[in-house]
Amino acid sequence: MLEPRPLKVDAPKMTARSVNVYYGAKQAIRNVSIDVSMEDVTAFIGPSGCGKSTFLRTLNRMNDTVASARVEGDITLDGEDIYAPDMDVVQLRARVGMVFQKPNPFPKSIYENVAYGARIHGLASARADMDQIVERSLRRAGLWDEVKDRLHDSGTALSGGQQQRLCIARAIAVDPEVILMDEPCSALDPIATARIEELIHELRGRYAIVIVTHNMQQAARVSQRTAFFHLGTLVEYGSTSEMFTNPRETRTKDYITGRYG
Amino acid sequence: MSAPFLLIVIIGLAIAAWFTARARAAAFAPPTDGAQRPHSRPGQHGWYTALWVAIPALIVAAAWNVASPALVTRAVLAEPAAASIPADPLERGAILAETRALATGRVAAAFHHQAPVLAPAYAAARLRYGLMGLALAIVAGLAGGAYAYSRVRPDFRARTPVERLVMALLLIASLIAILTTIGIVASLLFESLRFFAKVSIVEFLFGLHWSPQTAMRADQVGASGTFGAVPLFWGTIFIGAIIAMIVAIPLGLMSAIFLTQYATPTVRRWVKPLLEVLAGVPSVVYGYFAALTIAPAIRTAGLAMGISSASSESALAAGLVMGVMIIPFVSSMADDSLAAVPQSMRDGSLAMGATQSETIRKVLVPAALPGIVGGVLLAVSRAIGETMIVVMAAGLAANLTANPFASVTTVTTQIVQLLTGDQEFDSAKTLAAFALGLVLFVVTLLLNIVALRVVKKYREAYE
Ligand SMILES: Nc1ncnc2c1ncn2[C@@H]1O[C@H](COP(=O)(O)OP(=O)(O)OP(=O)(O)O)[C@@H](O)[C@H]1O
Ligand SMILES: [Mg+2]
Repeated sequence: MLEPRPLKVDAPKMTARSVNVYYGAKQAIRNVSIDVSMEDVTAFIGPSGCGKSTFLRTLNRMNDTVASARVEGDITLDGEDIYAPDMDVVQLRARVGMVFQKPNPFPKSIYENVAYGARIHGLASARADMDQIVERSLRRAGLWDEVKDRLHDSGTALSGGQQQRLCIARAIAVDPEVILMDEPCSALDPIATARIEELIHELRGRYAIVIVTHNMQQAARVSQRTAFFHLGTLVEYGSTSEMFTNPRETRTKDYITGRYG
Repeated sequence: MSAPFLLIVIIGLAIAAWFTARARAAAFAPPTDGAQRPHSRPGQHGWYTALWVAIPALIVAAAWNVASPALVTRAVLAEPAAASIPADPLERGAILAETRALATGRVAAAFHHQAPVLAPAYAAARLRYGLMGLALAIVAGLAGGAYAYSRVRPDFRARTPVERLVMALLLIASLIAILTTIGIVASLLFESLRFFAKVSIVEFLFGLHWSPQTAMRADQVGASGTFGAVPLFWGTIFIGAIIAMIVAIPLGLMSAIFLTQYATPTVRRWVKPLLEVLAGVPSVVYGYFAALTIAPAIRTAGLAMGISSASSESALAAGLVMGVMIIPFVSSMADDSLAAVPQSMRDGSLAMGATQSETIRKVLVPAALPGIVGGVLLAVSRAIGETMIVVMAAGLAANLTANPFASVTTVTTQIVQLLTGDQEFDSAKTLAAFALGLVLFVVTLLLNIVALRVVKKYREAYE
């Protein structure tokens, strides 16, 4: 078997080298190395349970919230080791935002949902500044026109697709550098999905984006780089177009053509 | 014929019927290909037949039980020896009662001379009618059984009536609980109306003076009591809804937050049951504690602080101990509500870079708030209905004061006080207890309804 070759990126935003993740005694990620670039959208694909979410969560240390989880290896953000003892998780998560599989707006108003992170990190002191942050984030998330007249309605009263864009706006509001998305469209209908994919296109370049998806077409549509995981290992990582037209590994090929997974 | 014997006979018959009918149904030819399977299983035929035996027999036996004493009496009076019994109904009743007592062996000797003469006749008549009743019950049971047995056929749907009967029994069981509640409310209402005929409802609800002592004689001092219940309502709220909640809300909420958010599973496994033990301590034990330990300590502390009015029975003592007693209620409701907030909410907040305490304060507690509020309302409703602690520690003086070191009294304390004296039952003093009970009932009912609705709404929000 070929050793998976991490595809080097010129100026990687984040790098992972020889990462192992364990849940108790069980190993969920084996020796994964990967680079995440600023210019490209990176997609993680692979069969269910192969460790995509686990690996994604190591990138903003959300695995810290799981008591049994243990991470080995080096992960850097702009060359800084994010697992270093002096790394502040709060700062890290402000720089590496996350959008979850199921839209999870807080049971607060739309405005307060977006303002939440900015308040926590003290990004705005005056009301006008906050208004501006909220508007800018909602605009970038493509939700402004739909909600500008009801900013003080509850965020949970929006449709699923709108809720997910609200969650994206919420993540954008703290001005992150990287946005991690874990199957952001799996709870949405095709129209709402198309809207999110469009949004990912618009956000590309401004943020480094990593997206986990089960949908091959989606990976092909939104990403420029794709990583294929299987049983906790990174089988193949490369440019999306190349991987979809000419995969190097048979396992990748089988998965992409729908033969298993 | 003694009732237990009759019952045993009927049950025996029913059991026999069950087996017979089941055996008959079990002997049906097994379904051949294409044929319909029998609708009901053999056991269901058994039940159907057994019920047809037992129910008619029981109805006949019950009817006979009602009718037979009159028949027995008539038979005894028809005896020649009974001719000498006076016609006066009172005396006649007395003689017959004695005869009955002699005949059943409950007394050995009689006062009326006719009684011993009539006793053998009475016993004989009783036996005769008893046997007759037994025979009638058996006949009814057999008739019912025969009818049911004749219907045991493969195509007979025995299951349906049996299930209907079971349903009716279940319905009756639940109705009993509901009817009891209605009965309690009705009696409260009824007695309260009698009270309000003596004392105006306006005076009761808004009067500031409570002194229920009514004198035995009309010419004594303070012949009529005054029934202004506001000091009682205030005392109840002061202890149950203010002091107790000042203790219970923060402690209960904080322990719930600790248990759901910070405690390791091991700690949680030990601390949570321990906390729940608090809820199982009998309230009279809390009462001792309040009256014998806390109250004197508070009085000493109050005097040391220069509060001369510090009483050995203080609102503070009762309220503090009641607050401790209520902690498990608040904490377990808050615990449930916090645990019901989806993990994704927590993750969402942590992923924004919020610290754990920010997440708890700004996301989890607000999200769980309706559930927590519901829990607090339930706790208040329990606290204001609590009796033992306040009886033992709060005192009897109906003071309208906000001084926690002073003695106040509560609705429940006064109910106990009003009903434990020697009083005629229709005095205003006794009836006042029912009016107080009614107020308490209405308030706790409303609190419970509101609390349950709030909690239910909140549950729906996360389903
Ligand atoms: N909190 C946890 N505790 C223990 N084991 C876990 C935990 N989370 C995930 N795992 C295990 O780690 C492995 C990888 O899980 P992960 O959720 O990362 O897979 P995934 O690729 O995201 O799957 P899916 O596509 O279904 O979301 C699985 O075997 C899973 O059972
Ligand atoms: Mg996953």
